[in-house]
Amino acid sequence: MKIEIRNLTKVFGSQPLHGLQLLENGEQKDEILKKTGMTVGVDRATFSVREGEVFVIMGLSGSGKSTLIRLVNRLIEPTSGEVLIDGENLTKMDSKSLIETRRKKLGMVFQNFGLLPHRTVLSNVAYGLEIQDVNKEEREAKALKVIADVGLKGYEDSYPSELSGGMQQRVGIARALANDSDILLMDEAFSALDPIIRKEMQDELMNLQSKLGKTILFITHDLDEALKLGDRIAIMKEGQIVQIGTSEEILENPANEYVSKFVRDVDRSKVLKASNVMKKPEVLMTQKDGPRVAVRKMEEIGASSIFVVDEENKLQGLLTVDDAIKAYKEDILVEKLLIEDLYKAAPDTPLSDLIEIAAQTKYPLTVVEDGKLLGIISRVSILSGLVLGKESKENGVEAK
Amino acid sequence: MNYFDFPLEEWTNNFVDNWLLPYLSGFFDQISKVLSSLIDGVTNLLIWIPAELIVLVLIFLSWKIAGKGMALFTLIGSLFIGSVDLWVESMQTFSIVIVSTIISVLVGIPVGIFSALNKTVDNIVRPILDFMQTLPSFVYLIPAILLFGLGNVPAVIATFIFAAPPAVRMTTLGIKQVPEDVIEASKAFGTTSKQLLFKVQVPLALPTIMAGVNQSIMLALSMAVVASMIGAPGLGTTVLTGISTVNVGLGLTGGLAIVVLAIILDRITQKLGQKS
Repeated sequence: MKIEIRNLTKVFGSQPLHGLQLLENGEQKDEILKKTGMTVGVDRATFSVREGEVFVIMGLSGSGKSTLIRLVNRLIEPTSGEVLIDGENLTKMDSKSLIETRRKKLGMVFQNFGLLPHRTVLSNVAYGLEIQDVNKEEREAKALKVIADVGLKGYEDSYPSELSGGMQQRVGIARALANDSDILLMDEAFSALDPIIRKEMQDELMNLQSKLGKTILFITHDLDEALKLGDRIAIMKEGQIVQIGTSEEILENPANEYVSKFVRDVDRSKVLKASNVMKKPEVLMTQKDGPRVAVRKMEEIGASSIFVVDEENKLQGLLTVDDAIKAYKEDILVEKLLIEDLYKAAPDTPLSDLIEIAAQTKYPLTVVEDGKLLGIISRVSILSGLVLGKESKENGVEAK
Repeated sequence: MNYFDFPLEEWTNNFVDNWLLPYLSGFFDQISKVLSSLIDGVTNLLIWIPAELIVLVLIFLSWKIAGKGMALFTLIGSLFIGSVDLWVESMQTFSIVIVSTIISVLVGIPVGIFSALNKTVDNIVRPILDFMQTLPSFVYLIPAILLFGLGNVPAVIATFIFAAPPAVRMTTLGIKQVPEDVIEASKAFGTTSKQLLFKVQVPLALPTIMAGVNQSIMLALSMAVVASMIGAPGLGTTVLTGISTVNVGLGLTGGLAIVVLAIILDRITQKLGQKS
């Protein structure tokens, strides 16, 4: 584990330890505020982040997410709990080793950029190395490289005030990359940017991440952003982490009312995948079954077509009831009447890609992996997947 | 209202006569010697350098820092001072301003920085500054004479007391105004507190600090004129002579020379602050 957080708590106020005691006695955040005037920032947060993982902490303002990320590099001193970076306990470090750890291991990107206004882009990016007494030539060479990586070549001598918000944040990211730290802490890094620029920056971050493989702790209040970037997501409410899971886990099994409220507004088409909405085909026949078996199976469930697979469950095609009758009457081999140009989706094809295709084809879409039929998706199940999420799988409407 | 007798006057005089002067006069003599040779050195240097050269340097600085118009003003102003034969007096005043401003800055900026970083220091320093700024200057001219005698030295001391507060206050203000998010970002990258001060806080506070220095210079100039009453030579003496002999023309000439000096010093140092 790259980052391990155990029972991390922050109580703001005059007697934080007393507040901690109250929390441990099971008192709620608002009760403690009422009784003692102390604010619980983060309440016993526990999670760990794997190497190379993008871990997103999502919550509304006031949920304690910004406090939490500052506890991770001790910009705010925790009241109790532990932060382990590469197994080393940051909370027990003296200031010298803390500074050393921040320099070598923890890069940070801020919502309001936090650039030094009196320094050029180059000098801002080289700052982290400058304070480590890296000589000028070396630190500027390194800075120039990361400036190019974030697409700011040519702006080295500009001052932050001369740049747009998106460009300033690129400088912020470059500054965090220049130190070669394995961990990036990103505090609402894109929240101050316009929607289009934000999307662009998200894409670029993912692009950079695929090359660099950093461990990223990303804070956001935007669920879409969380779902897009996060390998795993932690949802925070009133200082507590209420759920940790992958995008699918959170969308499909919201831990409580609070999470499901969030999830309701999400554009599901981007998050749900073919495998999330597909159903096991109830009617299947193999090539060995004759047309009579086919017609009987269709009659049984009232379907007008049937999927044909071989012994290894590899998809051969679709047989309609009309063709089955024709094959029976005219004694033609079933294989010759199969409809073979079916749309084959992979299990992880996003739902958004399937909507249009489903509208254009008469037949249900198939989900195929290595030639094997995993499931089918009807137009109805796409729509119900968009609207209801998980329920479509349980009370699914049959493809007919 | 007189509920109890409070002989502050007597106590103070007692303290000064029986303690301060007998036991510490040696100490004050030393300070006096150092300061007086410093001021004399600067004065002699400024008078020794040909006036034309100083004017050229001033014009060059005005032009570089504050633009063509100011350079022209400096030329005309200097010609005026020369023509009314007040060059030496101007340089005498100028050297008191230089020395007391340097002391104000050397003391004021560090004190201002400590005040910004430490609440306790701030709580102690602030009332002292209030005291220095509101106490009528004549009140501390008296002990200055007692301790340092007449002449340049008490003038510089009094000028320092009068001119140092803005340097302290503006430094504190400038450091406190550095945005929290910039400080936070710097800390997140492993900046030590010393690096934070010299690489982030002081550079970002510099325009405000320079505005404080500019204020100190202007106050020093006005005090250097008043200080002529305790024997400091310079433009103040010219004005004082004008007053005591009811010579309106002499008073005006001296006064205008002071204004010219003030404008040149102000514009140059003000623009210097804005540029940094």
